[in-house]
Amino acid sequence: MEPLQEVLRQVTGYIYPNEVELHWGLLVVVYPYLTGLVAGAFILASLVRVFNVKEVQPTYRLALLTALAYLIVAPLPLLAHLGRPSRAFEIFLTPNFHSAMAMFGFVYAWYLMVVLLLEIWFDYRKDLVLWSKRETGVRHWLHRLLTLGAGDLSPRALRFDQSAGRFITIIGIPSAFLLHGYVGFIFGSVKANPWWSSVLMPIVFLFSAIVSGIALMLLLYLLSTLLRSKPVDMVCMDKLATFLFYDLVVDFSLEMLDFIHRLYEAEESIQILSLLVSSRLFLSLVILQALLGTVLPLLLLGSVSPALRNRGIVSLPDELRRLLYAGAAVLIQIGIFSTRWNVVIGGQLFSKSLRGLTVYKMQLLGLEGLFVSGFLLVLPLLVLLVLIIVLPPWPEAEQHPEAGAS
Amino acid sequence: MGEWKRDAREPSEQISGSRREFLHTCSLAAPLLLLGLRAAAVEAWAAPEAAYNAREHYYGMGVDVARCIGCGRCVEACKNENDVPREPYYFRTWVERYVVGPAGEAEVDSPNGGIAGFPPKPSEKGVLRTFFVPKLCNQCADPPCVQVCPVGATFATEDGVVLVDRDYCIGCRYCVQACPYGARFLDPRTHMADKCTFCYHRVVRGLVPACVEVCPTGARVFGDIRQRSSPLARFTRFNKIMTLKPHLNTKPKVFYAALDQEVR
Repeated sequence: MEPLQEVLRQVTGYIYPNEVELHWGLLVVVYPYLTGLVAGAFILASLVRVFNVKEVQPTYRLALLTALAYLIVAPLPLLAHLGRPSRAFEIFLTPNFHSAMAMFGFVYAWYLMVVLLLEIWFDYRKDLVLWSKRETGVRHWLHRLLTLGAGDLSPRALRFDQSAGRFITIIGIPSAFLLHGYVGFIFGSVKANPWWSSVLMPIVFLFSAIVSGIALMLLLYLLSTLLRSKPVDMVCMDKLATFLFYDLVVDFSLEMLDFIHRLYEAEESIQILSLLVSSRLFLSLVILQALLGTVLPLLLLGSVSPALRNRGIVSLPDELRRLLYAGAAVLIQIGIFSTRWNVVIGGQLFSKSLRGLTVYKMQLLGLEGLFVSGFLLVLPLLVLLVLIIVLPPWPEAEQHPEAGAS
Repeated sequence: MGEWKRDAREPSEQISGSRREFLHTCSLAAPLLLLGLRAAAVEAWAAPEAAYNAREHYYGMGVDVARCIGCGRCVEACKNENDVPREPYYFRTWVERYVVGPAGEAEVDSPNGGIAGFPPKPSEKGVLRTFFVPKLCNQCADPPCVQVCPVGATFATEDGVVLVDRDYCIGCRYCVQACPYGARFLDPRTHMADKCTFCYHRVVRGLVPACVEVCPTGARVFGDIRQRSSPLARFTRFNKIMTLKPHLNTKPKVFYAALDQEVR
């Protein structure tokens, strides 16, 4: 009980006695951050597939695998945070259909099974067949197993792969919106909490998810290309940076709209929320989320990328430009993580009596600790590494039936 | 004594005989009588439970703010009756003290939930008004906690009490977040949500909740909302009633009389 006594000493004003313990900690911050990356990466992949944005084609397969890797890890922080993790399956067995959280199981299952796995399978099926023909040993059997016995490489079958993949992506876009919009809804629908309760919450979550997903893919594409000693496709990088800029503008506008709306309405919670922002959340909200995570990347991308002017307001050589892109993408990741922090933790730092502020004591060890959350942030990258080894997403690994048959 | 008996025996032989018989019969009947009494007692104890029909009741509580003296006996009784963790972060009920200054600014405190009363204020100079407010789960008719529970572990009974099913609760704490009144906590021993039950185990036996039972000033009134003869119905008939955070439309069933606008 030592941490709670510590918290009790740092409470200012009055909070309800039961509010001394903060209920959703770092793990619940990690969860929306991870699902946001899933949704964002998938939306990027759908740009190629549905909207025919050919420039970002080099990121297509990597984005799909990234979405899958993050989706596999996404429920782990939630599971670790449950008081009774062994009962988690009750959400599937006896769901309360009035609960936004109960719908999680179904949205997650839908997204994993119907959207991501199917799309990846249809996209890779041809390659899986050809790889298994060429390879020996474990890889041969693994790839053969993954074809699920569908070895037909006739033009008709390949055409079906294409149209099925496209159809699933079309379903996938609203699904990705649903996946992350619903996470926003979980917070936005809590009328007891004036910091969360906002109809804009799902939309803000969605656009910040797309921002974080595109920024992550930009980083991963750049990193994987440099590590493989391949030339970086600057047309692709420029396009990614442009999309990032546009989306960041929308995201920032929505955040500002929410901010101004709250200030202008000035409901009874305005005083405590103002105090919250100017004291406990000043670093994570004003500095990290707004200035470093949004305004600075906006300036960087706006001046260097072709978003506003064909060759950028400031024309820079490729190497420097992509370095700045990467810098902006890292800043955006920090900013989006801060956004999740400010929603989840920020929403619990003030009392529902609107009379006081409390603190969050982060632990290092234990399930709710810093190390576990850090591990859960790294784990998707390890999963991605395994996926890349099993299903190489690089253009040179892609097989062509004629070449494979000969 | 023997002398007296011998004198008296003759004339009352007949009566004495029947008295002896009567006493004899009584001594034979005594165990039966005791058995009967015992059976009746057992039945009386068990009867309300066995015959309890939740549909016939709809419970609520009245709190007369003007009567509360902040002694904290309700908090102590609640912790004892319901085995609530003793640490000062877990309460099914607690008492708040409001001290409103001359400019209208309210200062609120609830040291350890008010379980041991309140320390005197350094100075009562310039105090505009001051009062105590007992708080507990409002047993809302439209409870947000029930709405959000992903597995339906939190539910409302037919007689209007919101309970937690300990066989189902997964400890996600969404209900704690959804409660506007801070009335829920996570029991550190079971890792499950916990809250006021209106002492449901007592109520179904015709008793009142422990906090109501011990209140020395009658600041808490418990009863059936729908029965006109219940103490609660009387309370709501003779007082101007207010509920907490009515704008959230949770329809609380804890009714406050003499509630101040500062109370949230």
